[in-house]
Amino acid sequence: MKSINKTLLSVGIAAAMSVSAAQAAGISDDKVKIGVLADMGGVYADICGEGCVTAVQMAVEDFGGTVLGKPIEIVSADDQNKPDVGSSIVRKWIDNEQVDTVTGLVASSVTGAVAKVLTDSKKIALISTSASHAFTTKACSPYNVQWTYNVVALANGTVKPMVGAGKWRWFFITADYAFGHALESVATEVVNSSGGEVLGAVRAPLGTTDFSSYVLQAQSSGADVIALANAGTDFTNSLKTAAEFGLTQTADVAGLLVFTSNAQALDPEIAGGMKLTTGFYWDMDEQTREWSKRFKERHGSIPAMGQAGAYSMTMHYLKAVEAAGTDDSDTVIRKMKEMKPDDFFARNATLRNDGRMVHDMYQVRIKKADERANPDDIFAIENVIPGEEAFGPMLAECDFK
Amino acid sequence: MATFLGINLFGLFGQLLVGLINGSFYALLSLGLAIIFGLLKIINFAQGAMYMLGAFAAWMALNYFGINYWAALIVVPLVVGFAGVVIERFLLRPIAGEDHLYSLLLTFGIALVLQGLFTQIYGASGQPYSIPDELKGGTKLPFMYLPDYRAWIIVASVLVCGLTWFMIEKTRLGAYLRAGTENPAILQAFGINVPLIVTLTFGFGVGLAGFAGVMAAPVYSVSPDMGSNMLIVVFAIVVIGGMGSIGGAILTGLGMGIIEGLTKYFYPEASTTVIFAVMVIVLLMKPAGLFGKEA
Repeated sequence: MKSINKTLLSVGIAAAMSVSAAQAAGISDDKVKIGVLADMGGVYADICGEGCVTAVQMAVEDFGGTVLGKPIEIVSADDQNKPDVGSSIVRKWIDNEQVDTVTGLVASSVTGAVAKVLTDSKKIALISTSASHAFTTKACSPYNVQWTYNVVALANGTVKPMVGAGKWRWFFITADYAFGHALESVATEVVNSSGGEVLGAVRAPLGTTDFSSYVLQAQSSGADVIALANAGTDFTNSLKTAAEFGLTQTADVAGLLVFTSNAQALDPEIAGGMKLTTGFYWDMDEQTREWSKRFKERHGSIPAMGQAGAYSMTMHYLKAVEAAGTDDSDTVIRKMKEMKPDDFFARNATLRNDGRMVHDMYQVRIKKADERANPDDIFAIENVIPGEEAFGPMLAECDFK
Repeated sequence: MATFLGINLFGLFGQLLVGLINGSFYALLSLGLAIIFGLLKIINFAQGAMYMLGAFAAWMALNYFGINYWAALIVVPLVVGFAGVVIERFLLRPIAGEDHLYSLLLTFGIALVLQGLFTQIYGASGQPYSIPDELKGGTKLPFMYLPDYRAWIIVASVLVCGLTWFMIEKTRLGAYLRAGTENPAILQAFGINVPLIVTLTFGFGVGLAGFAGVMAAPVYSVSPDMGSNMLIVVFAIVVIGGMGSIGGAILTGLGMGIIEGLTKYFYPEASTTVIFAVMVIVLLMKPAGLFGKEA
């Protein structure tokens, strides 16, 4: 008994000491400054452009505008989907503008470059919208935090149940760049390990307008499922063409990465019925609706999953700063991983040591025209996929304690 | 399945037909560009934006005014053509005497402004537009399923390209146009209103892009960047065909569609590059382009 008391006492002292040490560190430059880097006018502008800035602003306002008595500031910039542009902006933010953390982060190529800059300067990367799983696997860093989804969750969420339902043979139409390749290879692994077979893949350059040639090749492969490992306009164009050439009648077409705005850009007759995986849907319950309504009032459209993620992770960061009593990155990131994220976005969530936020993912179905009450009524949630099932295990070399 | 040298022939026929369809689309787009350059010597970088404008105008016509696809095919080219007339009269004419670079930069600027404006208002994801009911469905050929709408693209393109070529090369109006570019002063002396001809020609060329935009709306994503994706390819086609050669633009458009289609079959990764590779080769062998007159 005595020894337990002694242990408790020493833990208490240690805790008190660490708190006081942290408080001594305090807030650098008398402010907490958050940079939002996103695609403001390009192909991903609807997914995380101004919308991500709005979401971060909402988080700061909801938090009260100050943390530990110091003001919270936001600065934002357009990365134009170019890694060099993104990393030079972030370098400037860190060197001259006292930015403490950077969020937004859309195109995986930009995020890769920016995350390196941030790690070198020991600043936290709050990745809201990028799809690649590299940031928490082969390019993992103690300063990376990835929140909304990744290619592994998409493949597990969409591909696995389809193979399980007897759709054995797969064919991929893949966007010919890093993101598409990553998505295709992860999905291929899932197909193979679930007992299915990949018959082939065709790599279409990014920004292809006409997919009819690829659709014909997919058609002649005789696959049960044609998987679209692409995003944005590539996705809408390829699905439109697949429907036109009758592919949707003879095989299943699976969209591996579909944002709400992409689904809205398609004729419900074409897209209706398609199943996909998402990290967030605005119309899930009272909590998501309440936040999404406020977001729509300010931004004009319903939130994409990355925008809701940007709010949630900014909030979690600020809570961690408050709890840690400092904006020192090493202390804050430890705190972020200790505290359980829990809000309208993060359900049954933990932030793992590799920086992967593991939370419930949703298998949804795009509604048909007659099911839609209004233009924002797009998805029906079919299944909740528990985080551990969706995201896969953590790599030992990325276990940053 | 019929094969030849290990190549699936049915697959190949399908790709050839799809290439031909794309080619007729390219022909339609490069035609307007070739007319504007051939007759007015303006390098119109806003042609892609006008194509985008055409697709968006079709979408707006349907959603705001209930104008269906078929009516849009007539109305939208007129509206877009009118926008072209306004651009020519108030922006291009003041710099008509200057170097070609000025009009190039001006039209490039217009394209960027339009694209930015539409992204700002309608977002980058695009808008839905359905295939008209009359053209839904398709025909089962021995080697592929041919959607009715794609067949319609070939018909419409051949019709419009043929009529335009006939009008410019074989009619009196076309003769005036060509004469006006050779020597405007003399034509003016014959009592022809040359500035009006110039304005209308620009409007017509731009209207063709608007027409192509309406044709594209049901099959491609109606989004602000659809024009800029297309423009560079179409420019390459006009250069290969010979800047300003109208027949050249049409034939090259069809040919490049087929070459691109075959590349998509044999080595898809190179499909966006192949047209430029052809362009480089053609320029090295025949600097004026395949059908261009040596200067």
